[in-house]
Amino acid sequence: MSLEQGDIAKLARLARIRISEESSEELRQRISDILGMIDTMQAVNTDAVDPMANPHDATQRLRADVVSEVDQRDDFQRIAPATEDGLYLVPKVID
Amino acid sequence: MPSHTVADLLRGLAAGDFSSEEITQQYLDAIADRDGQINSFITVTREHALEQARAADNARQRGNAGALCGLPIAHKDIFCTEGVRTSCASKMLDNFIAPYSATVVNNMASAGAVMLGKTNLDEFAMGSSNETSYYGTVRNPWNTDRVPGGSSGGSAAAIAAGLAPAATGTDTGGSIRQPAALCGLTGLKPTYGRVSRYGMIAFASSLDQAGPMARSAEDCALLLQSMAGFDERDSTSMDVRVDDYAGALDQDLRGLKIGLPKEYFSAGLDPAIGDAVHAALEEYRKMGAETVEISLPHTELAVPCYYVIAPAEASTNLSRFDGVRYGYRCENPADLDDLYTRSREEGFGEEVKRRILVGTYALSAGFYDAYYRKAQQVRRLIKQDFTDAFKQVDIIAGPTTPNPAFGIGEKVSDPVTMYLEDIYTIAVNLAGLPALSMPVGFAGELPAGMQLIGRDFDEGRLLAAAHQYQQRSDWHLRTAPECA
Repeated sequence: MSLEQGDIAKLARLARIRISEESSEELRQRISDILGMIDTMQAVNTDAVDPMANPHDATQRLRADVVSEVDQRDDFQRIAPATEDGLYLVPKVID
Repeated sequence: MPSHTVADLLRGLAAGDFSSEEITQQYLDAIADRDGQINSFITVTREHALEQARAADNARQRGNAGALCGLPIAHKDIFCTEGVRTSCASKMLDNFIAPYSATVVNNMASAGAVMLGKTNLDEFAMGSSNETSYYGTVRNPWNTDRVPGGSSGGSAAAIAAGLAPAATGTDTGGSIRQPAALCGLTGLKPTYGRVSRYGMIAFASSLDQAGPMARSAEDCALLLQSMAGFDERDSTSMDVRVDDYAGALDQDLRGLKIGLPKEYFSAGLDPAIGDAVHAALEEYRKMGAETVEISLPHTELAVPCYYVIAPAEASTNLSRFDGVRYGYRCENPADLDDLYTRSREEGFGEEVKRRILVGTYALSAGFYDAYYRKAQQVRRLIKQDFTDAFKQVDIIAGPTTPNPAFGIGEKVSDPVTMYLEDIYTIAVNLAGLPALSMPVGFAGELPAGMQLIGRDFDEGRLLAAAHQYQQRSDWHLRTAPECA
């Protein structure tokens, strides 16, 4: 699978990572190489095989629907880049 | 001190031959003197360590010694440690002080272990050479022009250099076993769900597993005993009884059936590593074990399958690094989109970005079935290979890596070649099985490792099999030339 420059731009947008023009071509080449290696997997027939998401085929354990965590907002916000009055600050979204 | 095992140190502490404060001080001094050449630590927690050591000595005097009381260890810098920087070797988390500790860290501290510091790794554990760390390459103590392996390369190099007697690691595709092999150590990846993932920074959640790294299988047994167990804070933790690992080390191996996958002894294996593994297998036969050739027919699909599943899960897990709640934020973002995209551009290194983009591709509309679903189907075929093999044999053995430690810079520009170094370790993570690596000789001056793979939750048998071999060999006690 060989990617085009437009594919890299689309992936970068989906992944919310800015990709500079200088690094874009090398990235396209490297990711194409990786996808080429991955494509060897397509040769095997898996028509009758169920996908495996967990190696023990375990499903998510559920707990009782009761509050089990204490409020640690201050601890968690102490390590945030910018907060005010218990809120996380980001650049203005709506004028 | 450098070649002391965990078992030696615990015996010495119990006998009062030395205090925890004394040995902790010695390891801290060794780190200060010699880690400049190795770069195995990102953060050394000197004061914290001495405080913990004094507390351990007091506890012992009061007759209150836990299983690891006073034992200095290092934690891979992927485990959250309350009040101490937890960087995951990324610029993204260079300023991150964890607000809580991982269950593994708490469990080991409760048993009395003393934390010397946090060890270096490939950024977000993505790598097999420890060259992708924001804090610089780690060097292999056996030859400082070589890589220590990865991603738990700092933990491995620290032990091999005599800067810590043991350390924690994590293993998503070989990240405990491969550096253990390349640095001449014993390292165990437990069964998926055996050790809690709570507070361990997530890379690929269906593959990640924490485990011990040390000199001997006995040491790994002692460490695993404190690490393992059910944790309701990890939704994939398995509620399975924890065996008495140390108590089960003295097993008679007569009648043990060892499977040798023919795919693990094929072209591409370094002949000296092959010879070392065959010589170790001969020892097992002398101990009464039986070796039989088996086949794991889907071995070649493990690397491609892994490089869909691991990046897909990583792209999801690493979406949390957004420059808003914690971690790196770019300067003067123009708007919210600029804040996200530029924080992630500047905060992540090249390999991490590559994997996020590959994972994004595999999960994107129109490609999901061809990549992610396909890889999950192949994953079941790989697991089935092992299930079939374990109907015939008790454990599976082979080389841990195809080559000894490679040169720094040799493979870093060619990701696919680097990925293929993990060909013997990756399938085990896809299948969720326990496996360990132990030293069985040398390829030239560089250590060679043998891998033992077991059935689900059969860590005790693996540790016992390795321990019996280590009773008859001394590879695990050899020390790197400069570090004796």
